[in-house]
Amino acid sequence: MINISNLHKNFGKVVVLRGIDLEIKKGGIFAILGPNGSGKTTLIKSILGMVIPDSGKIAVNNHSVLKEWSYRDNINYLPQIADFPNNLSVKELIKMIKNLRGKTASDSELIEILGLKPFLDKKLGNLSGGTRQKVNLVLCFMFDSELLILDEPTTGLDPVSLIQLKKIIRQEKKIGKTIIITTHIMSFVEEMADEIVFLLDGNIYFKGTIEQLQIKTEQKNLEHAIANILTLENA
Amino acid sequence: MLKILKYSSFDLMRSRWSYVYFLFYLLLGFVLLFLNNNVSKAVITLMNIIIVIVPLIGTIFGVMYYYNSREFTILLLAQPLKRSTIFLGQYIGLSISLSISLLLGLGIPFIFYGIFESAAIWDFSSLLITGVFLTFIFVALSINIALSNENRIKGFGFAILMWLFLAVIYDGIFLISLMIFNDYPLDKFSLIATMTNPIDLSRILILLKLDISALLGYTGAVFQKFFGTGLGVIISFSVLILWVLIPAWLIVVKSGRKDF
Repeated sequence: MINISNLHKNFGKVVVLRGIDLEIKKGGIFAILGPNGSGKTTLIKSILGMVIPDSGKIAVNNHSVLKEWSYRDNINYLPQIADFPNNLSVKELIKMIKNLRGKTASDSELIEILGLKPFLDKKLGNLSGGTRQKVNLVLCFMFDSELLILDEPTTGLDPVSLIQLKKIIRQEKKIGKTIIITTHIMSFVEEMADEIVFLLDGNIYFKGTIEQLQIKTEQKNLEHAIANILTLENA
Repeated sequence: MLKILKYSSFDLMRSRWSYVYFLFYLLLGFVLLFLNNNVSKAVITLMNIIIVIVPLIGTIFGVMYYYNSREFTILLLAQPLKRSTIFLGQYIGLSISLSISLLLGLGIPFIFYGIFESAAIWDFSSLLITGVFLTFIFVALSINIALSNENRIKGFGFAILMWLFLAVIYDGIFLISLMIFNDYPLDKFSLIATMTNPIDLSRILILLKLDISALLGYTGAVFQKFFGTGLGVIISFSVLILWVLIPAWLIVVKSGRKDF
């Protein structure tokens, strides 16, 4: 599904990605983990073409994505910060994105599940952070695309919505979607992810299943396993 | 691109600032007509205001809109859209909605006053056309500045400086150099210097249209000779168009290389 080879990216003097090689196969949930500033978002944004890499190759379905745009038709992206034009209402925003994509969308179902109905006519500027995140989720999940990229999907969600979110993600997985998630919430990863990629200082430190990581670090709990890596690195 | 254009103008039409801008022009138009009691005189006063205010508003709106719609731009960047489509769409959408505020705000009072029966109709329309040009030029220049500066305060500062330079400082330098090099033939120099500043170019174009170039003395005669001819008008309008196209092209280049 995604092939990344020798990906480098600097922001000025800060080196963010130092030659990432990564292959993500079709189907399943991949969690990209790593401490703050390890390059998770930069990696995701490179796949989306929002960050332009200094060197290296990225291919989605065997087609290079550099300077391309039409491949994004098959990607749904959930940005980390849910911020929208303040003058639009929720309904208008959804309608607009639908209009831009021109794909069939299952928005009414998602609005129902996430309980967004009372907010449809409200201006986006007046919504709370959690409600905005729900709008963000609707925009992301309403299209039928092969690849879903979720950057911190749990931010600001209440427990009820979190359960709904997990349900939605599982459903997508069931029908063979590839889902890439970044998050700092380890319980979420343990529950959802099939495979994890651990980034450290712009390199891939570990790639494999959670069990493999637990064996490698000799820790039973994922949180401790991750902490173990970080303290070992700093030691 | 039409969709982006539609949505950004739609978004702007709903923001309070477009109405403030519109009402400002409406008020300005009525007050000028009331005070001057004469359409032709009102047009001249209006020119002096338009030539300074329109670029300023275009600059401020351009920077503000870019920084304010950053998150929305990021949302659009994740959609299957070309970068040039997104940024040109937003640029044209913003320029069009500002131009509409200008055209309606000034148009309504002058129509009430009977501009259609007046001889000043052509002067007035050339004033509006240059106003629209200046809007497109300064919005494009300020978006370029905003694209190059992540820091909002810096971006705002540079944009205002650019406006100040083109609207005020440039003329100062121009005048000083005319005084210093007084002994040399300066008509070519002043022609070129005028062309390289869209504000000066617009001012000269309107002044000549208003037929008050005699006030400008010898330079006025040179300018009349150049700008008054068909070729002069074509050249100066082409330069105005270049002033729109080059910054717009730079928006495409800059946005294509930027990380979001």
